[in-house]
Amino acid sequence: MFDNDKMKLLYKRMVVTRQLEYGIREQHKAGKVRGPVHMCVGQEATGVGACACLNDDDWVTSTHRGHAHFVGKGLDLNKMVAEMMGKSTGYCGGKASHMLIASREKGMLGGCGIVCGALGIGVGYGLTFKMDGSDRVALSFLGDGASNEGMFHEALNMAALWKTNNVIFVEHNMYGLTVRADRHLSVENISDRAAAYGIPGVSIDGNDIIAVIEATEEAVARARRGEGPTLIEAKTYRVLGFSTGDKGGYQSQEEIDSWTTPEKDPIIRFAKYLQEKGICTEADIEELNAEAQNDVDKAIQFGLESPYPDSSVLMEGIFA
Amino acid sequence: MSKRFYKDVLREALIEEMERDSNVFLLGEDIEVYGGAFRVTEKLNEMFGSMRVMDTPISEQAQTGIAIGAAIAGKRPVLEMMYMDWIGLTLDQMVNQASLLHYVYDGQVKLPFVMRTQGGARASASAQHSKSLEAWFCHIPGIKVVSPSTPYDAKGLLKAAIRDDNPVLFIEHKLLYGTRGEVPEEEYILPIGKADIKREGSDCTVIATSAMVLEALEAAEELEKEGISIEVVDPRTLVPFDKETVKESIEKTNHAVIVHEAWKTGGFGGEIAAIIAEEMFDSLDAPVIRLGAKDCPIPYSPGLEPLTVPNKDDIIAAVKKSLQ
Ligand SMILES: Cc1ncc(C[n+]2csc(CCOP(=O)(O)OP(=O)(O)O)c2C)c(N)n1
Ligand SMILES: [Mg+2]
Repeated sequence: MFDNDKMKLLYKRMVVTRQLEYGIREQHKAGKVRGPVHMCVGQEATGVGACACLNDDDWVTSTHRGHAHFVGKGLDLNKMVAEMMGKSTGYCGGKASHMLIASREKGMLGGCGIVCGALGIGVGYGLTFKMDGSDRVALSFLGDGASNEGMFHEALNMAALWKTNNVIFVEHNMYGLTVRADRHLSVENISDRAAAYGIPGVSIDGNDIIAVIEATEEAVARARRGEGPTLIEAKTYRVLGFSTGDKGGYQSQEEIDSWTTPEKDPIIRFAKYLQEKGICTEADIEELNAEAQNDVDKAIQFGLESPYPDSSVLMEGIFA
Repeated sequence: MSKRFYKDVLREALIEEMERDSNVFLLGEDIEVYGGAFRVTEKLNEMFGSMRVMDTPISEQAQTGIAIGAAIAGKRPVLEMMYMDWIGLTLDQMVNQASLLHYVYDGQVKLPFVMRTQGGARASASAQHSKSLEAWFCHIPGIKVVSPSTPYDAKGLLKAAIRDDNPVLFIEHKLLYGTRGEVPEEEYILPIGKADIKREGSDCTVIATSAMVLEALEAAEELEKEGISIEVVDPRTLVPFDKETVKESIEKTNHAVIVHEAWKTGGFGGEIAAIIAEEMFDSLDAPVIRLGAKDCPIPYSPGLEPLTVPNKDDIIAAVKKSLQ
């Protein structure tokens, strides 16, 4: 595992992610962030934990629900928020939106609004790393719903066949948009699908960041050795519904409550772990919480104060 | 007559056709329990059960194949494709199967299959949720393409599409769901392939599609104050295209402006302009003007997105240029 400083950093990143979601939700209500925004409250352990096992030159493909991935990969919070507000200081100059954030420098390439749309691209990265004799790794995040796309099956087959440097990380949050997993999946565990491609598949508790890190470290090590891809399925839960546009009515309150208990909440669990291991005191946790909130507040302020892009950039950058 | 929402009358059309014909069934993402991303199928599962209102996994290619197969086997499926942006995932099935099987099997099969989708920008939905891709389908013989701009047209044409024995791409618009218009209480059906004059005028014909019809009507109001009278023609269906109505209008006005939300390059406006040039050249007093989205991916930023799609001011300027 990691040294104490990194463990504390991961905790802070989880809290940043959560507070960011609440902050962004407020900004969306105020009309400063627009379009449907997909939040990952309750899913902080997967994005932050899995990305912690990667270096800056390992590349990640994300999804429409990527905020924990972006924070986990160490992206600058100010530039993230500015992009979510469509400002010129954002990661993509305001052209992308919250869904499509990318940072080549940080190995985040990138967010994607098309379900499973980035998986083939991720395998393309992994294939390139292998061709170049590099031990760099590409990790692709997906949702449970995405595992029903043709792309999932086509890409896994090729990644397995060519033993590319990939990790396929499914965040199984129990719903594909509004459809509960037992109504869209033919199997209970998506990891079972790995057998069809002859690669390892594991199911883990996605709300336990330690389990996430252990499984990802093993998969990344395997990919670095050139032994091919691993399918990780992390069971977790999407607490705030599909997006800011969600009218609800399909997730029962009882179900939501059962996933937000202290025994299930990934942040509370990690705080407890850090204290039990003597890595943090209660005061340390309080301090990290305050720092995280402060970072988020500053980022939102930065976003609000930044200008919109100049109209002259509209027709720039269509071709390289 | 009463004023009703576009989304509500689409739902009514589905109900009426499902009640009339037990072979009509709906499938698509989030249409069953949730009632559709744009609420068109709300509570239809309670009325018709989950065998006729089916949530599907996120598997667009196979959904399309399954709808085509069911159509050939005797059902009349209506498949909802939530955003037009990922209609590319259905494209092979549409282009290599749906469009041509009736023809190449020499009439042994029919494909009474409707794909409902919606397109359009100006909702800050960013580059993968804002496109207008109808031209792709207009290019393929064997697929009808319908694109209603008003609640009245939406209801009458959806009913016609469901009764049609051919694959029909039925294109709604995300900004139109919340618009209201007069719709009769009694049942009616509109013919596929017939344009509609949304406003009569004498100086210039503006051929507008989908949400751009609303912009054209606003432009007409403003131009009228300046003494310029424009006729707004809404083709309503792009394939088959009602040349006759366009011809009659241009014979009267001698000027033509075409406006759609799709990108200008390769957009269906080019086809309309070509038809006018080939068949109505003698009626023209000025070159045809086309307006379409700027040829760039649709950016998210509120500072940029509004600049991409034509609006009423662009239409006013184009009409004035044509009349110069
Ligand atoms: C190809 C495609 N189909 C459908 C959609 C609409 N859509 C966006 S997210 C989503 C659900 C994805 O479910 P899952 O992969 O489980 O991710 P989650 O939202 O649960 O994180 C759907 C259907 C889309 N964006 N792209
Ligand atoms: Mg999911």
